[in-house]
Amino acid sequence: MNADESNYLSEHSVRSWLLTTDHKRIGILYLLSIVVYFAIAATAAALMRIQLLSPHSDLVLPETYNKLFTLHGVLMVWFFLIPSIPAVLGNFVIPMMIGARDVAFPKLNLISWYLFNIGGLCALYAVIWGGVDTGWTFYTPYSTTYANGHVVTMIMGVFIAGFGSILTGLNFIVTIHKMRAPGMTWFRLPLFIWSLYSTSLILVLATPVLAITLLAITVERLWGVGIFDPNLGGDPVLFQHMFWFYSHPAVYIMILPGMGVVSELITCFSRKRIFGYHFVAFSSLAIAVIGFLVWGHHMFVSSQSVYAGMVFSILSFIVAVPSAIKVFNWTATLYKGSISYDTPMLYAFGFIGLFTIGGLTGLFLAAIAVDVHLHDTYFVIAHFHYIMVGGMVLSFMGGLHYWWPKITGRMYPEVMGRIAALTTFVGFNLTFFPQFLLGYLGQPRRYHAYPPEFQIFHIFSTAGASILGVGYLMPLFYFLWSLKYGQRAPANPWQATGLEWQTPSPPPRENFGKIPIITEAPYDYHPEVEQAKPELQHV
Amino acid sequence: MNLHLFPEQASEIARESDWLFWALTALSALVCVLVFAPLVWFAIKYRRGRKVNRDFNEGNTWKIEVTWTLIPLFLTMGIFAWSAEVFFRMENPPPGALEVNVVGKQWMWKLQHAEGAREINELHIPRGKPVKLTMTSQDVIHDFFVPAFRTKQDVVPGRYTTEWFTPTKVGRYHIFCAQYCGTSHAAMIGTVYVMEPHDYERWLVQGSPEPLAKQGEALFHSLGCSGCHGPTSKIHAPPLEGVYGHLVPLETKEFVLADDRYVRDSILLPASQIAAGYQNLMPSFTGHISEEEIMEIIAYLKSIANKTPEGYAK
Repeated sequence: MNADESNYLSEHSVRSWLLTTDHKRIGILYLLSIVVYFAIAATAAALMRIQLLSPHSDLVLPETYNKLFTLHGVLMVWFFLIPSIPAVLGNFVIPMMIGARDVAFPKLNLISWYLFNIGGLCALYAVIWGGVDTGWTFYTPYSTTYANGHVVTMIMGVFIAGFGSILTGLNFIVTIHKMRAPGMTWFRLPLFIWSLYSTSLILVLATPVLAITLLAITVERLWGVGIFDPNLGGDPVLFQHMFWFYSHPAVYIMILPGMGVVSELITCFSRKRIFGYHFVAFSSLAIAVIGFLVWGHHMFVSSQSVYAGMVFSILSFIVAVPSAIKVFNWTATLYKGSISYDTPMLYAFGFIGLFTIGGLTGLFLAAIAVDVHLHDTYFVIAHFHYIMVGGMVLSFMGGLHYWWPKITGRMYPEVMGRIAALTTFVGFNLTFFPQFLLGYLGQPRRYHAYPPEFQIFHIFSTAGASILGVGYLMPLFYFLWSLKYGQRAPANPWQATGLEWQTPSPPPRENFGKIPIITEAPYDYHPEVEQAKPELQHV
Repeated sequence: MNLHLFPEQASEIARESDWLFWALTALSALVCVLVFAPLVWFAIKYRRGRKVNRDFNEGNTWKIEVTWTLIPLFLTMGIFAWSAEVFFRMENPPPGALEVNVVGKQWMWKLQHAEGAREINELHIPRGKPVKLTMTSQDVIHDFFVPAFRTKQDVVPGRYTTEWFTPTKVGRYHIFCAQYCGTSHAAMIGTVYVMEPHDYERWLVQGSPEPLAKQGEALFHSLGCSGCHGPTSKIHAPPLEGVYGHLVPLETKEFVLADDRYVRDSILLPASQIAAGYQNLMPSFTGHISEEEIMEIIAYLKSIANKTPEGYAK
């Protein structure tokens, strides 16, 4: 093999992977880890959905059910959604998109991955040795005084993984500030970078608050220091303030990156410059900033004051506006485009549809008088799954299909891709739409058994979940298949404009032979020019 | 298995909550049409390979951007004002409501009417009268949720929260615990029985219970409170007639409203708020008194809120 043909995947030893400082390889390490966590968390969800087929507690014991939803929440939030787009796709493409050879701190990047997995193993250890039944929200005084199980171990897992998050955020911020290629001004950055920049700000500013909150639980649980338990002189509602001060911004960690991916996909597959670049870019920052001021909308019925509730309500309505701006701009981008329906674009369409519904149902929950009824019901479950799955997971899948040729040098099978995207979309809606109705009817969340009148909706939901499962499993198989049998990917199979497409697929270790010089704004697409797809070579 | 799409609507506030819910649903449907119709239309009309005019000059977009920023902003502010107004009324019980105390524990609801009747996991109330619940928990956080009334409120250990509603329809409705509280969270459910007022009157006097304030008075003596807070006391302790609902001056020169929470704190943490002119002599009753008993004492103090202390030695 001569030097010209070598790429970042050329070395095969285990050591070359475990000690790599290449942002591309670290992205792949993250991808492998989160697939494992996702699989475990999804299995927990599947067991819950089977249990809920009947109104009685048939399949598993109540304690087991409670441990399943805790496991599902903890793994999905901290070990799948938060690292999904930032740590996998972000790691892989940020340096290439801005014309850099790596992130600012490559070793720190690898340390983040190790911290993440030490945290993950800690959490799994807690699960294997008996589990935790507090819910991913760890509400006090249940978590500090009353819950049995390995609460502290689980919390330590999240605590340690949190440092991985903080370091990744820090790395991205410095990389985006300092490593841009000549001519890559702020307003020439792809919108994916803007969204990940905003995400990184939240990671760095909010995660430490989570760390302190989790430590406070540990101190109270182990040594009986009264912080949250009123019997020890603490205040249980204080915990909720601290927890949501992190966890609401964390919701935006789990959606902003998806918005960034969708901006890339919509432009590329409609061959159009993004409509309203500045508005889309600044709406990301607006979401990151206002997102810090809305945590109290999780606490409308917690006994916080009426006036605090109203302030949080009005701010929650305001934070919906920048999201709406994005949706309108994406739609306007399609106007007079040249739109193709490749798999990534199908996921992007799915994202817009589901995110819009997720966002609109968020208004119901921001409307304080309606939230009093809907709070802690399946309506909330449905709402945030429309954002987290309909938004983040679909955009992650869209992005993964989009950059798969770059990452692996192989094309995925397009027809299978489209079928999987449609299956996911149908399965998702069948799973979660009935839960809006269930919530309005009053079915509370976290119930292992329920009154019989709710059963019909649960049956729909479980049926949908099985279809959704197929939608998730298909890509797992054809992605693996494509590694060996997929067609070889050209450097730029989508004729996209981003700098990452100017490198070979897969890219060389140093990304660029010569650092590019940027002279124009991103998304220089021309829908009026008919372009032939590049020829694909069969293996 | 019957298919219900709408929950029972059995309180005054439920009607208002539903108006807001359906207004939001209509607004959401409208937004969906406004977003999805052009999306689908563009996706079809401008699909790749179709011969169609694609000449486009983006030009200056700020006008359209400002339009689609401001319209949603105004709409959401309208919804905010509407829902805040309804919420404000949800949070403020009218005077003269029937009073019921609620204590949540893993995993049951203990309820006690001011008239003295006790219930577990059941609540009997008359149609057409406002009912106010004063709630606390003796362990973790619970939440008293009645979907048919569209209302819920967390039940928090260490503090009192309130919830009120005016039932409008005779019937049986679910009580759910909505805040996850441990293993049998899903079993912490109960039933509200809304009865015709005359049926309720009959139900209330079954077993002729003593009113809560009377039970509290008995407790006030049996726990030894009256030994100090009474006319014959040798110990310098404040008389408690005419205290509840009034401002109490403290040693710290602050004033505190003698509400439920103040009374509870004074029983469990007497050192935290010393009334002006008195010493810190009272022992804490933590561990010697249950949440229900504290609520009985409160009911008693409430019943003597308009009396003046008599017969105390100066």
